[in-house]
Amino acid sequence: MSVMELTKDNFDATVASGDTLVDFWAPWCGPCKMQSPIVDAFAETQSAVKVGKVNTDEQMELAQKYGIMAIPTLIAFRDGEVLQKKTGLSPAEEIEAMFK
Amino acid sequence: MNETGFDIIVLGGGPGGISAALTAHARGRKTLVITNPGGTTALAKAHTIDNYPGLVGMSGADMLAAMTKGLADKEIPVLTGRVTGVMPMGKTFMVSVGTDVYTGKALILATGSAQPKAYPGESELLGKGVSYCATCDGMFYRGKKVAVIGLSAEAKEEANFLTGIGCEVEFFDKTRAKRYEIRGEGKVEELLADGAAYPVEGVFVLRDTVASAVLLPGLDLDGGHIAVDREMRTSLPGVFACGDCAGRPYQIAKAVGEGNIAALSADTFIKEN
Repeated sequence: MSVMELTKDNFDATVASGDTLVDFWAPWCGPCKMQSPIVDAFAETQSAVKVGKVNTDEQMELAQKYGIMAIPTLIAFRDGEVLQKKTGLSPAEEIEAMFK
Repeated sequence: MNETGFDIIVLGGGPGGISAALTAHARGRKTLVITNPGGTTALAKAHTIDNYPGLVGMSGADMLAAMTKGLADKEIPVLTGRVTGVMPMGKTFMVSVGTDVYTGKALILATGSAQPKAYPGESELLGKGVSYCATCDGMFYRGKKVAVIGLSAEAKEEANFLTGIGCEVEFFDKTRAKRYEIRGEGKVEELLADGAAYPVEGVFVLRDTVASAVLLPGLDLDGGHIAVDREMRTSLPGVFACGDCAGRPYQIAKAVGEGNIAALSADTFIKEN
């Protein structure tokens, strides 16, 4: 499944139903550049979980709403609720485990 | 530097790291050395070194300069900066330094004896108000009160950066306090410095090095050092260690020898994978 760019306009509707993985990142963040391809690969290999990215530079409101204090941060949503939040680099197997 | 893909990435520019890089280069491996700004290590401050064969009586700073020149002579790139993240990606490793990312097929850790010990509360609150990188996470603390424990050479600059983007910064240099404790329920609420409480929402702990075990989860330690075997292999495939970070004695001769072995082992690892 392709990766969606999430903004305050489409965020709530996207995470409202089913499972969604959201990657909070910024262009100046080195570790985010390492997280990004892992998230992309996760999106490609399965279709059960929607995958979106939030650029925290442009979407400060969303970053504040979800208490982002460091990036990369990954949040797993299920039907609009936060299932799990992980800050720092997460390898592929940990991403899969977030929805178990 | 435009080049970002390497065979072997060496973390640390002391005798162990330099020796590893020279051997890796001699084996035809494209090698990158990532190191701190110089001058802060015990070696750089050593008045004379009396037990290194052939260079008896040299000062630590002179010896380090002579060794570093060896890298320049071979045109081995040396990058000054602090590694903030390492990620194994199957066949390669990604290493982030500031905003840049480099890839290598094998890693050699030569980070020296200064393996930092975490303050009480630091590991538990990492990413929940504790940060190791002002330029990475500073934006999330705009308009908020933060403390900077500035133990690295560039700490003052990073603190100025935080002030510049609108953080209210309480700066602790090396001498201001000896004991720290970071407190909070689920997120940072206060910093205790020698018993005095400072209410803050963020604590930036800026050391010369980030602990290897923090960078590489799953890396086995042995009494505060990185656990290695005779081939300088760590518990993680493709990751090798040498010099002071791999155990005592903290001697140049030992570091140089181990760096040589680590590079040969890394070379073999790349061949076999």
